Amino acid sequence: MTEKTIFELSRPGRRGVRFPEPDVPLAELPKDFLRSDLPLPEMPENEVVRHFTKISQFNHAVDIGFYPLGSCTMKYNPKINEEIARLPGFSQIHPLQPVETVQGALGLMHETQEWLAEISGFDAVSLQPAAGAHGELTGVLIIRAYHNDRGDTKRTKMLVPDSAHGTNPASSAMSGMTMVEIPSDKNGNINLEILKEECDDTVAGLMITNPNTLGLFDENINEATQLIHDCGGLVYGDGANMNALLGIYKPAQNGIDVMHFNLHKTFSTPHGGGGPGSGPVGVIEKLADFLPDPHVEMTFEGDDDNPPFYDLVTPKKTIGRVKAFQGHFGVIVRAFTYMISLGKDGLLDVSTTAVLNANYIQALVRDVYHIPYERLCMHEFVTEAKSDDAPGIRALDISKRLIDFGFHPPTNYFPLIVPEALMIEPTETETKETLDAFADAMLQIADEAKNDPDILHNAPTNAPFGRLDEVKAAKELILKTTLPEDYGK
Amino acid sequence: MYTSLTQADKEAMLKAIGLEKIEDLFQCLPEEGKFPQLDLPDGITEMEAFDELQFISSVNETTQELVCFLGAGAYNHYIPTAVDSILRRGEFYTAYTPYQPEIAQGTLQAIFEYQSLIAALTGMDVANASHYDGATAVAEAANMAYHNFRGRKTRIVLSPTLHPHYRETVHTYMEGMDLEIVGEDLNPESTPDELISLIDENTALVQVQYPDFLGRIFDLTKLSEAVHEAKALLSVHINPIALGLLKPPSAFDADIVTGEGQPLGIPLSYGGPYLGLFATKDQYVRKMAGRLAGETVDTRGQRGYVLTLNTREQHIRRENATSNICTNQGLIALASTVYLSLLGKGGLQELARLNYHKAHYAAEKLTTIPGFSVNPVQPFFNEFVLSCPVPAAEVNEFLLDQDILGGYDLGQTYPDLKYDLLVAVTEMISRSEIDYLAAVLEEEYHD
Amino acid sequence: MKTPADLIYTEDDEWIRVEGDVATMGITDYAQDQLSDIVFVEIVAFEGDELEQGETCAVVESVKAAADVYMPVSGEIVATNESLADTPEKINEDPYGDAWLVKIKMSNPDELDDLMDADGYKNLERDH
Repeated sequence: MTEKTIFELSRPGRRGVRFPEPDVPLAELPKDFLRSDLPLPEMPENEVVRHFTKISQFNHAVDIGFYPLGSCTMKYNPKINEEIARLPGFSQIHPLQPVETVQGALGLMHETQEWLAEISGFDAVSLQPAAGAHGELTGVLIIRAYHNDRGDTKRTKMLVPDSAHGTNPASSAMSGMTMVEIPSDKNGNINLEILKEECDDTVAGLMITNPNTLGLFDENINEATQLIHDCGGLVYGDGANMNALLGIYKPAQNGIDVMHFNLHKTFSTPHGGGGPGSGPVGVIEKLADFLPDPHVEMTFEGDDDNPPFYDLVTPKKTIGRVKAFQGHFGVIVRAFTYMISLGKDGLLDVSTTAVLNANYIQALVRDVYHIPYERLCMHEFVTEAKSDDAPGIRALDISKRLIDFGFHPPTNYFPLIVPEALMIEPTETETKETLDAFADAMLQIADEAKNDPDILHNAPTNAPFGRLDEVKAAKELILKTTLPEDYGK
Repeated sequence: MYTSLTQADKEAMLKAIGLEKIEDLFQCLPEEGKFPQLDLPDGITEMEAFDELQFISSVNETTQELVCFLGAGAYNHYIPTAVDSILRRGEFYTAYTPYQPEIAQGTLQAIFEYQSLIAALTGMDVANASHYDGATAVAEAANMAYHNFRGRKTRIVLSPTLHPHYRETVHTYMEGMDLEIVGEDLNPESTPDELISLIDENTALVQVQYPDFLGRIFDLTKLSEAVHEAKALLSVHINPIALGLLKPPSAFDADIVTGEGQPLGIPLSYGGPYLGLFATKDQYVRKMAGRLAGETVDTRGQRGYVLTLNTREQHIRRENATSNICTNQGLIALASTVYLSLLGKGGLQELARLNYHKAHYAAEKLTTIPGFSVNPVQPFFNEFVLSCPVPAAEVNEFLLDQDILGGYDLGQTYPDLKYDLLVAVTEMISRSEIDYLAAVLEEEYHD
Repeated sequence: MKTPADLIYTEDDEWIRVEGDVATMGITDYAQDQLSDIVFVEIVAFEGDELEQGETCAVVESVKAAADVYMPVSGEIVATNESLADTPEKINEDPYGDAWLVKIKMSNPDELDDLMDADGYKNLERDH
């Protein structure tokens, strides 16, 4: 069930789009700079559409079925979001237009900042960062800039729990910090004893995810943030798991000073096969001056005769630009559409339902799958795929077998502190029947693992492709294709 | 709305968990601050939301209503309808990063084709699956060069005519490294060859733009030789549409090519999401950040694709990764893939020429207006500098009253150029609109 | 898991064979097994480099992991195994033979005293 590449489908002289003949006199071309060859494929429109439609059908997606990919929050992406983002008033405005011609866009961005601030408890929010990891980098740079601004330049140590997303240590390294790993305690919380030992005047901050990547609300969060503040550090919150907290808890209340949101997780903007995301950053008041350039502000509140006026402002001590122009505006429009559609009750319903769904699946499978930290989980939970009854079975095998049941597998091998981890995040947008069917499949697979492990080793058999040879890919490194050598001859 | 549990479902589920009420799920959270009453409005129906958002959008003045001569890194191009038709497929836009290749071959093959197209367009050996935008691609080039020399070379030369936002982003990204960034304070009207005197043996990277921020096209051969003599890397930032006409940077032996992919079928959308193009030579493939799809086979012998060289990435290397980037611009890279498939070789050539001719007609027309001039010597693509008799900001203000989005006021970036307007002309501009622009300028500014 | 008795081992899963003042080193059978299929080897030290004990001299990658290989002892790099670039799988097949990584002219042979013999390495406590 394969499909040729566009380079294989190409035939000389074909074309999917034509442009009008020039309505101006032709100018002399810059002969020293002309390229001799442009080896791009040539296809008619209908063949292009068929090609991409056909390969699209090789994908699993939220619109097709359950996608419990832990830490990614694969919830339903409402269709209205897509329509709104494509309105000409949003999609056809140039990023450098005079601000007076884009008051709708700036007003929407300002409102989005206000909503995110209210949900999280932060005092200021920047919409600049393009993705979660980008928001993290922004946040760490803000922490660095804050210390440097106070002349406190010896703070170069970033504390990161061992359960953290890989982006946390990478972001701190990218901003020139050294990372110190803090282990988790036996309940899956941050280990306060070890944290205490690391707290000194070289600590720039602590990067913490709450709920953590085990899906557990860190019971030591308030003590941990207090320890960091007492030694002069700041606390970074990884907001990847915000889907558990809407209307439940404001992260700023736990002593988090700066946090990124993932609009593509919590606020229903589509994941797009890997992007585009959007990773706004919220900060407490004393960090607001360090936000990236530019920042949307209301510079005139409006009165009886005039609407408010919004402008792009450079924060006083800004860390600078983190990208060109004004953030992923098209993604922000979708998230705003989602937030105002749900309103405060809808947002609370999102998180309570997400947490209920996760606990429900955990309850249905916990007698068969080992749960390393037996507690109520938040919006996701982690189980170990290994079992004494099925010694040859790994997390990967269970994942691949789930594909045969029409489900996207959970996240596997993360967090690293749980061997053979399967991380399951159902999200709030699933019916009880779907959750039941998934749990049934998990139980059946556990049974097969014991009695007929080859079914798992050979899975998937019910997908368009079997397991792919990653070793071959990494060794041979075929990273592109081209038109055939005899093309057009 | 988007949740579907009935009261009966909830009761049954709570019972299975062993709890009585929803609040019990949150028993381990600190009491203080739990269940805050959010000071936000109630939810609204889809009908109401549509109405409200349509109103907000109508407050903006669009490039449909205004004649757009504004470019400076984002360009108003025609997007063939089939592009969005493919993007709207739920199989593409509601999927995530292809972690499970057996059920993500659509996304993976699209990435592989994207990489192939960008490599072909830039003339480079290999392209990654994309960065967030042109600015972050440029910053990642700096990051890559720094790590390529293991931090032993600490000078980066930035051309003053690299987009100002990109230069600022390089500074932000590299703030934590001990680097010396030079070149930006050269006269913006200087040529790339004037960067040569700044290159020394401690130089890791030289970054230029082609066509540059002022729209000009320069031969980079001499610069490239000097860069390589110093054992440094040359990074060239491109406009992909221009490469339908112009020699690719590989012709100048560039080591890295970055680009802003927005012109390839991506709406202006007030600045994002766009697409960061990134390509390099084979020898640097392991130094390059970002996702990569590679060809392989499955257990059934079918050709397929996987994400490969994952060990360079943050989820494995953690603090040893050179970049923290997780994903690519997935759907936006797909848009450019569909766009380039539709245009193909002939379409991109035709489009590039159309832009070229229109921009040259405009330059010629505007330069006949007394007090206005365009440098007659330097080759350019679809953007040029119009020198005005009054500050460019004033010209823009006047033009906006005529429903024209004027160019980019270069005084915002280069204080000495505040009488200069950067004017972009794409295929969306008709001859009569160019004539209209010339006519209103002539009428307003004659004597 | 093979652990030849004539070699010396580090806690980071490197082995050393000492001949005179030259130490040949590679990664152990245990290390290659943990990494699984090795797809890439990059020796980051060059002949003539003087490196301290603990500095990175090579990077070994499988599809699921990348491991830095550290200098087990200080000294000058006198040879690097260039053939591994084309045949990284040799590390899986013959970790103690063909798949040596670098040869080091030791500057401080006393460092060997802090390393382990085969029995010591076999009894090393592993996290899992």
